[in-house]
Amino acid sequence: MNDAAAAIGLEIGVPVANARAICPDIEVFEANVAADAQALAHIADWCDRFTPLVALDPPYGLFLDISGCTHLFGGEDRMLALVCASLTRQGFAVNAAIAGTPACARALTRAVRSRIVPEGREAAAVEHLPVFALGAEDAVTRGLRRAGLKTIGDVASREMREIAARFGKAFTDMLQEVLGQCDAPISPRRPPPDFMAERHFPEPVATEETIAATVSGLAQKLVVAMERQGKGARRLEASFFRVDGAVRTIAVDAGQPVTHAGLIDRLFRERFDALADPLDPGFGFDLIRLSASRVDAVVQEQRDLDARSQDNDEMAALIDRLAARLGGQRIIIYLPQDTHIPEHAVLAMPAQTHLSKALSAQWPQRCENEPPLRPLRMFERPEEIKVPAASVPDGPPSRFTWRRATHAVVHAEGPERIAMEWWKNETSTFTRDYFRVEDTEGLRFWIYRDGLYESELSDDKGEHIDPKWFLHGVFA
Amino acid sequence: MTGARMSTLASLRDAIRHLEAQTLPQQVERVALGHAGVDSTLQGGLLRGALHEVFATETRQSASATGFAAGMVQRLSNYRPMLWVQQDFAESEAGALSMSGFAELGLDPCRLVLVRVPNAETALKVTADGLACDALGAVVCELWGEMKTFDLTASRRLTLAAQSSGVSCVMLCTSSQPAASTAETRWVVRAARSLSGSAWSAWGEPMLDAELVRNRHGQRGRWIMEWNCDERIFREPAAHSQPLVAAPADRPHPTPAPAGGSVTHLRRVG
Repeated sequence: MNDAAAAIGLEIGVPVANARAICPDIEVFEANVAADAQALAHIADWCDRFTPLVALDPPYGLFLDISGCTHLFGGEDRMLALVCASLTRQGFAVNAAIAGTPACARALTRAVRSRIVPEGREAAAVEHLPVFALGAEDAVTRGLRRAGLKTIGDVASREMREIAARFGKAFTDMLQEVLGQCDAPISPRRPPPDFMAERHFPEPVATEETIAATVSGLAQKLVVAMERQGKGARRLEASFFRVDGAVRTIAVDAGQPVTHAGLIDRLFRERFDALADPLDPGFGFDLIRLSASRVDAVVQEQRDLDARSQDNDEMAALIDRLAARLGGQRIIIYLPQDTHIPEHAVLAMPAQTHLSKALSAQWPQRCENEPPLRPLRMFERPEEIKVPAASVPDGPPSRFTWRRATHAVVHAEGPERIAMEWWKNETSTFTRDYFRVEDTEGLRFWIYRDGLYESELSDDKGEHIDPKWFLHGVFA
Repeated sequence: MTGARMSTLASLRDAIRHLEAQTLPQQVERVALGHAGVDSTLQGGLLRGALHEVFATETRQSASATGFAAGMVQRLSNYRPMLWVQQDFAESEAGALSMSGFAELGLDPCRLVLVRVPNAETALKVTADGLACDALGAVVCELWGEMKTFDLTASRRLTLAAQSSGVSCVMLCTSSQPAASTAETRWVVRAARSLSGSAWSAWGEPMLDAELVRNRHGQRGRWIMEWNCDERIFREPAAHSQPLVAAPADRPHPTPAPAGGSVTHLRRVG
């Protein structure tokens, strides 16, 4: 509620009819809870510039853990003034307070505009505040008033056990937090990064060169900080804080811990080039931050003389670059799976995370002196083919139609019978009889009949159903 | 000597070095494919660190062309990892590259990294990046349909990248007609029929009908080749490339192994 509304005597919780009586030309809107929550999240994003530890206090509040950050903004009072002034300029009405415990600060914001409470003076600061500032449930607040406890000081003057007996332990816990007698941690929206480097600009920057130069400068700083602890970054995030409050975060992943500033720089360059929705500086960025949100210890390995491990590093670097441009899911390696279902025999995994596993994977040995038993190209979804009635019920077809072309079978081998994994108890599917067939042109196909004759291919009355045939792959 | 003269001299030396680099035979490394006729036409085999093109003019020939390209890459890559760049559309049209099938051809799926790309431009960019990384043995770039983007400039860029790093590049083009390029060799591959005459008999190794339609340093030709999955080389098709009597596929061995007797090699199926 803003000052103008307060001046004419409106209050939160007043019925619309009463509000109309006070101010006849008032306009009424439905509350949009989702939009409010979104606006709060945007403000929280913006507040990331002050501290990495920002927590939501829905519906209207934010907690900022500013331990150790205040000196960056010239002290607590200046920081508080800066936060309030910036948010007011963005069009929000702000109440803010700095106190030793989050609950105390929250109680203060409900009653005063801005206040800084020195360490240990929480109880004195909230003494004269009305009880609603505690933010307890309505029933509790009403109960306190009815008991004649008008201010927080009144409540605090009673014995804790009396209060606990009347209003429950949760309430006394909260009271103690407000009085600064115990502290509960806030739960930040995202975990604080392990390492971060940032740069504030007195004058907003907007040109591509400055941004790129800033990112590589920050990468240098970050690498130095990580090196001191023997760490390398696996996930890096660059956050761009725009003057108008919008925040854009761009992340890159690396398969191996990154320890070189040049590499970080290169990964971000790839990412920027490939952004579908390019970085929009608007009126410029006034803060750019680079943080390592996931780090791994760097193991210094002795290099082999055959330079194979160096090759692997080069591969990993190439994969990281491609992944930064195309997305990690597009760079794939394959791992063998212990199953005989053809489509599940191979697992595709992102190469960034599974490269070393793939290089040492044990693939089943092929049989010597055998032609290939599996096709080189396999369709993700087997394609249905038209087959005239087979001369032998269980045998391969003599001709079939695939993609509107008819193929006459010259050679055929099979069946290779593959039963589905009934023990996994998924949707019951038929047993497949696979045939390897060659047509007159020399094309070789892998086709199967879905279902066994007689046992599986009959309806409830025992009538025979025509089997369906599918083409699953093509041999080289 | 004055500074200006020194720099003139240096630039002249540079120019001479540049001219020599073009005319002097570079260190060429050729890899035999294994088929005698092909290798003699290619004067020893395929050139490593160069651009080769494999075409399947029709979609249904895609698997044969893929097999030929895979065999080429196996010969060229020298047991180093390979990058396979694949356009998304190729996967849905011609089927995904199956690692089981890859292993059945005698190739090693461990060394393959697949990159799925949405379009041909990206495919060419990724291929150029891969060619710059000399930890790789070869890069395969699989394109689909008529190639507007793969023009002379693009192929020249890939050729230069392959030359400077020594990584071989194989373009696998399906459903398209060859266009002007700087490729070292260009092949049009189709499936070839198996040799065995009687119907219902098993076939042998993969048979390919490979036509060499472009060869920068020699003649062209057309051969029927067989890929030998065990020795991992191409061969002339042998008259009896397979055992005369195939072992029964789906039945247990007729005579049970005597107790303490020999170990019978059974054919693996499924």
